[in-house]
Amino acid sequence: MTPIIVILVYLAIIAFVGGIAFRRGKTNTEDFFLANRSVGEMVFFLSIFATNMTAFAILGSSGQAYRQGIGIYGLMASSSGLVIPLTIFLIGTRLWALGKKFGHQTQVAFFRDRWECDAIGTVIFALSAIMLVPYMIISIMGGGTVLAQISHVSGAAAPLIPYWLGCGVVAVVVTLGVFLGGMRGTVWVNILQTSLFLCFGAVAVAIIYHALPGGFGQYMTELAGNPKTRFLVTREKMPPQAFWSYTLIPLSSIMFPHMAIMCFSARKVTAFKRTVVLYPLAILLIWLPCVLLGVLGVAALGKVADPDGILLLMLDKYAPAWLAGLLGAGIISAVMGSDAHQVLALSTMFTKDIYQHYGGRERYGEKAAVHFARGFIILVTVAAYLVALGLKNKQGIFEIAVRYAFSGFAAMAPIMVAALFWKRSTKWGALAAALFTAACLLYFAVLQNSRHPGDVIWQIGQGKTALKLLFINARGDVSFWNGFMTVVPMVFGSAFCMIAGSLLTKPPSPATLDKYFPRAESQRASGSAGAVEEPAKTTEHCVNS
Amino acid sequence: MKSLKTVLLTLLVLAVYLLHQDFWNWTRATPLILGFLPVGLAYHAAYSILAAVTMAVLVKFAWPKHLEDAAEK
Repeated sequence: MTPIIVILVYLAIIAFVGGIAFRRGKTNTEDFFLANRSVGEMVFFLSIFATNMTAFAILGSSGQAYRQGIGIYGLMASSSGLVIPLTIFLIGTRLWALGKKFGHQTQVAFFRDRWECDAIGTVIFALSAIMLVPYMIISIMGGGTVLAQISHVSGAAAPLIPYWLGCGVVAVVVTLGVFLGGMRGTVWVNILQTSLFLCFGAVAVAIIYHALPGGFGQYMTELAGNPKTRFLVTREKMPPQAFWSYTLIPLSSIMFPHMAIMCFSARKVTAFKRTVVLYPLAILLIWLPCVLLGVLGVAALGKVADPDGILLLMLDKYAPAWLAGLLGAGIISAVMGSDAHQVLALSTMFTKDIYQHYGGRERYGEKAAVHFARGFIILVTVAAYLVALGLKNKQGIFEIAVRYAFSGFAAMAPIMVAALFWKRSTKWGALAAALFTAACLLYFAVLQNSRHPGDVIWQIGQGKTALKLLFINARGDVSFWNGFMTVVPMVFGSAFCMIAGSLLTKPPSPATLDKYFPRAESQRASGSAGAVEEPAKTTEHCVNS
Repeated sequence: MKSLKTVLLTLLVLAVYLLHQDFWNWTRATPLILGFLPVGLAYHAAYSILAAVTMAVLVKFAWPKHLEDAAEK
C-alpha cells in the first residue's frame, strides 16, 4: 500500500503544479506552446532531459540488461550521451536562433520558409505525426502496466489499480498538466520529475548494495565465472555491427517534434551550454544503476517471468516499501514527462502547422487557437487512452512501431542538417529524403510482420558465396548486409536522396538564401561572388509559397 | 588560426566517437573496477564522463556566439 500512497501524493503534486501554471499563463499561442520563449538554463536542461527519457530508460534498460548483459549501456546509453548533446549543440542552438529571429515555433514552419514550399512542410508534418502517435500510446500503456504491477499485493487476485485505471490516471494527469499549463506547466512539472528519477538510481543502488549479502563484487565474480552467464558481463553475444549501428539511433532525438519545439522555448542560447555538458552525466546517473541492477538480478534472483519487472522484483526483495513507491513515482515521471511533451508537440504542430497555417487564426482569432489546441489535447489523449485499452495485450505492435519510429526520425536528420548548413539544398531533395524514409518504414514494417527468422529478402549471387543484403536475423529483426541494423541504410539512403535531389534541382530564391545565410558585411560591400546561388525562377516554387 | 581550431575540434569529436567502439573489451569481464564493475561497463561509464568533458571543450572553444548576437538584432 505504501508505494501506491507515494505515487498518488506525487500525482496530486503534479496536478497542483499544472494548476499554478494555468493561473500564470496568458491566452496567446506563443505563451501556451513555448512559455513565451522564456525557459531558463536549469529548467531547460531538466525539461529537455525529461522530454527524452521514457519508462524504457528505467524499466526497459534493466530488463534488457537482464537479458543481454552490460553491453546494453554502451549500446544505448553512452552513444546517446555523446550524439544527443552534439546534435543539441550543433542543431538545437541554430533552431533556437532561427525561432527567435523569424518567429518559427515548429521545425515544419522552418522547413516551409527555408525551402519556400508548403507541401514539404505538410509531408514532414504528416510523417512526424504518424511516427509520434505510437510513441505516445505506448507511454500510456507503460504507465498503466507499471501502476498495475506496483499495486499488486502478493496473494491478491487483481491489482489495486487495474490496467484500465492506471492508463486512465496517467492520461488524466498528463492532460490536466498540458491542458491547463501548456509548455509552462509541462516544464515546471519536469523539474520535479527529472530530479526525482535522477535521484532514484543512486538511492536504489546504495540500499540494495547494503542489503545484498556479499556485496555486488561477489555476484559479478559468480556471473563471470559461470560459462552460461559470462556473456552478461562481457559483450560476447552482442554483434559489433549492431553496436555500431546503434550510434546512429540518437540522431532521431533532435528530429522528434517535441525536442525541436523545446529548443525554440529557451530564453537565451546560453541555456544550451549547461544542457549539453550535463546531459551525458544525467544519462550516466540513470542508466548505470539500472543496467547494473538488471545484471545483478540474474545472479540474485535467477530466472524471472518478466525481465522488464526485474527492478521492481529487486526492490521488492531488498529495499523498503517506500523506495518501491519512489521507483514507481520515478517511472511514472519518466512516462508522463515524455508523454506530456509529445501531446503538447502534436497539439502545437496541428495548431500552428495546419490550423493557423491554413487560415484558422485569420478567421477565428488568437484566443480561438489556444482553445483549438486545448480541444485537440483532449481529443488526442482520449483516442490514445482508448487504443491503449483496446490493444492491452498487443503492446508488441507499438514496440515495433516505436523501434522503427526511432530509425525513421534518425533518417530525417539529414533533412535538418541540409536545411541548416547546406545553402544548395532544395525542397525536392528534402521531399526525396522524406519519401525514402516513409517507404523504408513501410517496407521494413511489412517484412518484420510477414517474414521469419533466417529468411533472405535480397541477395547478390547464389549458394554459400551469396552476399545477403537484406534478411531476417535470428531474433526476428530485419537486418542489413552483414548484420547492420536498418537505421544504417535508412540514414545513408536519406542523405543520398537529399544530396542527389538537391543537386538535380534549383535552389531557393536569393532572398531566402540571404535570409538564412546572411553574407558578411565585407562581402556585401564588395559584392563577392559565390555567396549566393543562381536565382530560382518563381515557377520552381510551390503554388502556395 | 580559426580553421586550425575547427580541424582540431573536429578531430577531437571524431576520436571520441571512435573510442565508443571498444572492441578490445568485447570478451573481457575482468578486472572488476571498484571491486564490482565489469571492465566493459566501467569503460562506458567513463566514456559518458569523457562525452561531458568533450561537450565542455566544445562549449568553451566553439560556442556559436554569433547566433545570440544575430537573434538579438
